[in-house]
Order: sequence, then C-alpha cells, then structure tokens
Amino acid sequence: MENKDVITASKLSIGYKTKGNKKTVQSNLDFSLKGGNLTCLLGPNGAGKSTLLRTISASQPILDGKLILINKPISDYSEKELSHTIGLVLTEKIFAGALTVRQLVALGRQPHTGFFGRLSAYDKEIIDHALHLTGISHKADIYTANLSDGERQKAMIAKAIVQECPIILLDEPTAFLDAVSRIEILTLLHRLAHDENKAILLSTHDIEQALVTADYLWLLTPENGLHSGVTEDIILSGLMDRLFPEAEIKFDLMHGGYSPTVKAERAIILYTDNPILKHWTQNALNRHGFLCLEKQAAPEDKKLPELKVLSPSEIHLHIDEKNYSCGSFGELISILS
Amino acid sequence: MKTKNTIYITILIITTFILAIISIYYGSVDIPASAITRILLGEDSEKSSWTYIILQSRIPQTITAILTGASLSISGLMLQTAFNNPLADASILGISSGSSLGAALVILGMGGSIATSAITIGGFLSVIAGAMAGAFLVMAFILFLSTVIKNNVMLLIAGIMTGYVTSSVISLLNFFSTAEGVHSYVTWGMGSFGGVSLSQMPAFSIMIFIGLMISVMLIKPMNALLLGTRYAENLGVNIQRTRNMLLLSTGILTAVTTAFCGPISFIGLAVPHISRLLLGTSNHNILLPATALCGSAMALLCSIICILPGENGIIPINAVTPVLGAPVIIYVIINQKKIQYFN
Repeated sequence: MENKDVITASKLSIGYKTKGNKKTVQSNLDFSLKGGNLTCLLGPNGAGKSTLLRTISASQPILDGKLILINKPISDYSEKELSHTIGLVLTEKIFAGALTVRQLVALGRQPHTGFFGRLSAYDKEIIDHALHLTGISHKADIYTANLSDGERQKAMIAKAIVQECPIILLDEPTAFLDAVSRIEILTLLHRLAHDENKAILLSTHDIEQALVTADYLWLLTPENGLHSGVTEDIILSGLMDRLFPEAEIKFDLMHGGYSPTVKAERAIILYTDNPILKHWTQNALNRHGFLCLEKQAAPEDKKLPELKVLSPSEIHLHIDEKNYSCGSFGELISILS
Repeated sequence: MKTKNTIYITILIITTFILAIISIYYGSVDIPASAITRILLGEDSEKSSWTYIILQSRIPQTITAILTGASLSISGLMLQTAFNNPLADASILGISSGSSLGAALVILGMGGSIATSAITIGGFLSVIAGAMAGAFLVMAFILFLSTVIKNNVMLLIAGIMTGYVTSSVISLLNFFSTAEGVHSYVTWGMGSFGGVSLSQMPAFSIMIFIGLMISVMLIKPMNALLLGTRYAENLGVNIQRTRNMLLLSTGILTAVTTAFCGPISFIGLAVPHISRLLLGTSNHNILLPATALCGSAMALLCSIICILPGENGIIPINAVTPVLGAPVIIYVIINQKKIQYFN
C-alpha cells in the first residue's frame, strides 16, 4: 500500500508574532509527513519542537513559507474542518477528573455530534472500538481522576482516535511515564498508524524507544534545522551525533542510545569472547576512567594492564606486574581504584 | 447512570416544589393554611389583606427566589468551568461589586431619596439600570483583560482586584453621602428576594430566561473546556466566542439578580459544588439543570430561614447564605484530594 503525504511544508518559518515583533524559532523547513506511519520528532529543548507541533495544528500562525494539510493550505481551514483533520494529545493539565473514561473519550466525538453532543449508536460503537484499541475497556466506567498517568494518556489517545482524523499529533506523550507505559504507548501508536492508517507525529525525549518504534525520524536542532528520513537511514548516516552537538555525549551506534564521551586517562587491554560481558565491562571501566583496547590495537612499546573476563564471577586482572582474581565487578573496581 | 441522574433530578424537583410551598404558606404574618389554599384556588378569603400578602408578596418572593437561586448558581458554574477554577463566581470576579457600584451611584447620588421600603417606580428602575450598567462595565473590563491575560488564575486575580477597586469607590461614595442614602444602600446590600413586585415580574423573568438560554447553548463547549482551552480548540470550539457568550450570560444573570435583590453572596460559589458532589460528575448536560434546581432550592431555603423570627422581623439574606455556603467551600477545600473534579 502506498502511503501519501498528508502534510507538506516548504520554506516554512515558525515562531511567534507579538505586536509587530517577529521571533523566528526555525526557518526554511522542508518536510512531509507520511500517512500510515509513525514519525518521531526528536530534538534538544529549545529547538522548537512544540512550536512546530503548534504550527502544524494551527494553534499559531506560520510566519513564512507554505504548509499544506492534505490538499489545501492550513490557513484555508475552518475550525470545524481542522477538528476533523488533526487530533491532538497534549501534556496540558485537564480538569475532567469527575468524568468517567468513557465520557472523556466521548468528548472526542464533539466535532461530529449535534447541539447538545448527544451520541448516536455509531458514535458509541466508535468509542467502544477506541477503548478496545487502547486497551482501557475495563476502565471505561471509572473516574478519570482514578487513572494512572499511563492510562490517562491512553484515554487521551482514545479521544484522538474517536475524532476520526487522518492525522494525530502528540506533544511528548511519554513524558512522566514509567518504562512500561512508555513502551506500551509507543507500541500502541505504531500499531494505530499501521492498522488504522493514521499519520502519527509525536515529539519525545525518549530517544531509545523512538528508534525502536518510529518509521520516520524528524531531527530538529537549532543549528541544522530539520532532518527527516526513515529511522535507520538517519541513524546510519551519522546524523544522530548532530542532535546534541555541544554536549559531551556520543551516540552509540551499536546500542542505539547516547552515552557520555569517554574521558580516559589510562588504557587497559580487554580479553573476552562474550559480547554482553564485553559491553558491561567497558561500561564499568569507562566510568572509572579506563579506555578498553583490543590486543591488536594496543601500542607495542607500552606495557598496559590486561583484563580477562570469563564470566561475571571470574575476572583476572594483571596490573603492575601483579595478578589478581576477582569474583565480582565490585572487587575489580576496588582494586582498580 | 441515566436512571441515577433521573432520580436525582426528580428528588431536586420535589425538594424545590416542597420548599416553594413552604415559602408561600409560611411567613412573618400568620395566615391559616386553609385560607391560603382558597386564595391560591382563586377564591375570596376572610381578609383582603391576606389575599394581598399572598398574591403581591409571597408568590412574587417565591418566584424571585427560585429564579435568582438558579441564575446565581448557573453563572457560578459557568465561571468555574470557564476559568477552570473552583473558586470563581460572579462576586469573586468583581461582576457583583460592579453592579453594587452602579446601584450605589444611583442610590447615593439621589441622596437616599429612594428608601427600599417606599420606592417610586422611577427610582427603583434607575437602581436597576445603574446595577446593570455597573455589571456590564466590569464584565467588559474582564472581557478586555481576558484578551490580554491568557492565564485563567491571573485573570481571576485581576477580577478580585477589580472588585476591591469598585468596593473602595463605594466606600468613598458612602463617606460623602447623606445618612439616609447610606441607610438605603446598606438595606439594599443586605439582599432580599422581596424586591420584585408582581408587575416587574415579567421583565425580571424574561431577562433571566435570556441569560439561562445562553447558558444552555454553552453546554457542549463547556464540556470541551473541561479539557482546557487547547483541547477544546482542537475539538472545534471557538474559544473567544464561547468566552464572550459566557461572560454575556453571567453578566445578564448577575446584573438582573443583583439589581432586584442586592448582591447575594455564596450561592453562586457553593451550589455548583453541592451539585457536583451530589451527582458525582462534571458533565454539564446533567450538571447544568441540576445546578439550577439546587440553586432554586438553596435560595428558597435561605428565604425560609430569613422569616423564622416571625413577627420580630426578617433576617437579611446575606446573613444566611454564608452560613450555608462557606462550610461547603471549606469542606470542598479540605477534601480536594478525594474529590474527583479536582484531579
């Protein structure tokens, strides 16, 4: 199935206009959002992620350039049309604690219902479907106030689903959530994008999860503007290191996460066959100021300490002409320091 | 869910009806119940003064209490939802003190020539006009502020400040006016449901009806506003227009009731909480009618308490409403962690 672009922008400038003063946050942005896919917007604080999402949802006007939603410029949309086109999930505080989950989700039908918001049989069917998709059917009749943060976020996603919009924008939907809920939410959104053919765009600081679940990545930085592409293309072209250029961190291509740049004063030669042991030994040694080298890479002239890791409880260290045997990483670290 | 709500609404209707009957049958002048029933059925009673009291005083007073209670409570509910703040109401936002200032200007400006007991029609109408002008002025000011101040809490504080300024102007006016003027202003300020005569009733009810109709039109957007303005906007709600209609409706309801009955405190603040606690929901489809009924019942109850001293006189309404209202607010604040609509 071919997925069409639902949003296209060319030479777009975003920012704030206050009484003749223009504060441009980003300019010359070119991008397109694909239907039926999950896109994650990544970037450091202050890059303009929220401003970009607000601009795409027409909460604030574009400063310059073009922004086409489905088939016409965003400025040509009426409020009603917008409410049928883009569903939002925000981090804003809501005051609906005394509504049941079902009533909260039903609010998403407002663009489709009449004067008093009375629900038709079809409306109710869609609400049940959305509750089912988000896995909160069993919570449908309890108060929103009694939900966990993760469940509340799922309820807001269900609200966006019943709005029946082709596009769903989410502003940091996984902020404040624990690891399990974060994974659940992103997996849910990925499934929604593919099964329900929605274009889903979300901003997040949870890079590790984004790399696993996103079909497309948008990298937004103050220095380089917006880079977009299929997740793996972005990662393997080394763009991830440009996301935080100032910071002393490095993208770990092997494990898909950021780690602090190693500041090693000493080097050590590491022997181990097990990749898991190798990773965590490096982790421990890097933290204590050692750079791990392979035998081949070590300089011949210097006599470097050597470390053999056979298992987590069988570690042999040769340092300063002495041999040590350690039964744990705790022991190893106390000898090294 | 549906049946539970129907039961609550029925109970509220019955309660309001019973309280209305009590307030017609019971008053500072002792009239036998059988005579009252005959008067209500359109027959003659032993004393013509009894007929006069029932038809010209008790019935208008009962209707006024019902309409005023509903109006104040609905405007409190609308303001609490609009500002996402459980402590908002017309008196806190300064709308009531605006109408007080308008009324004070008229009452004191005329040197106290209109004592509330012996009112000339012209004098009374000018008090009403003054109160309405004051309410709408403050409302317009709050409307203007709402375009500049986007934060609801800050807007609420600006409203409180506006209330302080108008109150201090009233104090100044009192300082410069005659003793008689101060007396009649103070009497009006104590609040009374007896201020609407039978001949004024049609105008009074029509204006309140208009205000309530606008509030009914706002049920759906108010439900969306429970999610905050950005979500509401995304659901197709025109925020600016909704805010304007909301302030128009509360302005009409507050101005009309304040002009006729004086600034009545606490009903607008407390009754929305009572109905939310009772029904256990913030859904305005059911909350709005329940709040109106609850407000009517509350106002009738206060009005009945006011005539308890019998022939020794009538307690001012504003001496009763805080006694019933303030404990509700304190209860709500103490239990806010447990009450759903705070979370």
